[in-house]
Amino acid sequence: MNLAIALHPVGRFSRPWTWAWLTPLILFVAVMAGTAIGETSISMETILKVLANRLWGAEYAVDRIDAGIIWSYRLSRAIIAACCGAGLALAGVVLQALLRNPLADPFLMGISAGASTGAVAVTISGIGAGTLTLSLGAFAGAGLAFVLVVLLAHAASSGTGGGRGTQAAGAIILAGIAGSQLFNALTAFIIAKSASAEQARGIMFWLMGNLSGVRWDDVTLGLPAALGGVLICLWQRRALDAFTFGADSAASMGIAVRPVRGILITAMALVTAIMVSMVGAIGFVGLVIPHAMRFLVGSRHTRLVPASALAGAVFLIGSDIASRTLVPGQVLPIGVVTSLIGAPVFAMILVRGTRVR
Amino acid sequence: MRLAAERVDWTIHGHKLLNDVSLAVEPGETFGLIGPNGSGKTTLLRMLAGLRKPKIGRVLVNDRPMARMRQRDIAQSIAVVEQQAETIDRIVVRQAVALGRTPFLSPWYPWSDQDDAIVARALDDVGMQPLADRLWHTLSGGERQRVHIARALAQQPKILLLDEPTNHLDIRHQLSILQLVRQLPVTVVIALHDLNQAMNCDRIGVMDAGRLVDVGPPRNVLTTERLRRTFGVYADILDDPVDHSRIMRFRNAI
Repeated sequence: MNLAIALHPVGRFSRPWTWAWLTPLILFVAVMAGTAIGETSISMETILKVLANRLWGAEYAVDRIDAGIIWSYRLSRAIIAACCGAGLALAGVVLQALLRNPLADPFLMGISAGASTGAVAVTISGIGAGTLTLSLGAFAGAGLAFVLVVLLAHAASSGTGGGRGTQAAGAIILAGIAGSQLFNALTAFIIAKSASAEQARGIMFWLMGNLSGVRWDDVTLGLPAALGGVLICLWQRRALDAFTFGADSAASMGIAVRPVRGILITAMALVTAIMVSMVGAIGFVGLVIPHAMRFLVGSRHTRLVPASALAGAVFLIGSDIASRTLVPGQVLPIGVVTSLIGAPVFAMILVRGTRVR
Repeated sequence: MRLAAERVDWTIHGHKLLNDVSLAVEPGETFGLIGPNGSGKTTLLRMLAGLRKPKIGRVLVNDRPMARMRQRDIAQSIAVVEQQAETIDRIVVRQAVALGRTPFLSPWYPWSDQDDAIVARALDDVGMQPLADRLWHTLSGGERQRVHIARALAQQPKILLLDEPTNHLDIRHQLSILQLVRQLPVTVVIALHDLNQAMNCDRIGVMDAGRLVDVGPPRNVLTTERLRRTFGVYADILDDPVDHSRIMRFRNAI
């Protein structure tokens, strides 16, 4: 506790300028690490040469296979990992702030499950093609799942007399379980009914989180989504702060609660859907990262938003490296890695109660 | 600033919480709201604060309908201290008070030294300056209440609405907060449970089952008859030999 106070000087919420250059540097180093480490280790020098060749048309001599692995495989993969990590962490930050619930998370609340159902339905039915329709399907599923889970949580807790329904931590988790089960069952149903055996195996692997299919096309959607998410959260950072004492308190401090909540939750559902449509449902990022960052930089969103985005990006690149190197000769689904780290943290939050925030 | 309610109704789940309430609070006045539990004091305060928009009737700020004002504009002139607003965030007292500056901040008007000064002043007014760096969850109920009041003061409101602000406070802080509130050069509407404290308001209004049944100076409103009918107690009204103010002595419930 004292450590946390020592780490963030309070009073002025302004952010030290050092982070303005430190953030891109950390991101760059993480992406480079994600590109260098793998089955075949590639030296930094080679990576920088390939980058120079590609970006500035330099003509260094590099191995063609190395160049291919770096440019069309690992680099885009590391960038998407960073985007997904940032996006999912921010979704966690926003949901936790607006629902006043430390356990709110796109994965636990069934948003990822809904997005998976939508994405799978679009894939199998073959409506249109390409990343955008897949994302739209995922978004529809994510939105449906979110509305369903929140309504269910609200009904569950107002039944016991609490008008402030969604504030009860238990209700949202139970509703999330119901929602996740429903949408996972729907996904399984669609797969069993319509997919060929090979399609089914591919989809199941993708559902647990898989970055191996990522290409540069995905970056053109994922990068704007992640950056847009960061900007919206930073733009609304004072509104997010104002929810500290609940929605009524936010309203009394001049926040137009309904529109602000609508914009932020829609944006985060969209970001989650885009990420899930590219890499599948990766669990616990939205839970682990915001809690860790609150401990380090405090719960004011001027600091928490950029810190969570950065940490989420680095965390997912790290998880991706682990998923590729942990078992030699085999790639684990990245969702397995994040859940192995996230589940114990989730347990810790449950045991220590809500104080962790 | 003048704050008025005109024929306001509020119904929830078929229960009428407010029934045709009209009220006008004059600029600079300290207006006390009293009434038994569940009589509609909190609901009326929330209407006056713009936290709930009435479907029947309207609320006016300086003769402007509140329904047409932006939430931010309302918050720049009206501050509210709610009962039991809690958080599980790890924030320190100063940050909680700083939230009161929210309606005045924007990307074009970022946090300034002036805001720091206003926050420091608000902390000082409620005597929380020495605890400014304490974490919220380490505070007692009374200290939390004082932080909420400081947060409302940091809004530099022209109208201050307080819902039983002395609830968790020890007697010294009850008196100092009430004294502070009376001295503020703003319009105050305050819901109170302690009827003797209500005697110090300029005017008081009595709520009973969703209706505003009486309004006027405390001496005219708080009669033995009113205490019996609305509050269900037998009481004697005594004369304080020290300063000849009135004191209510409650005998027993009906």
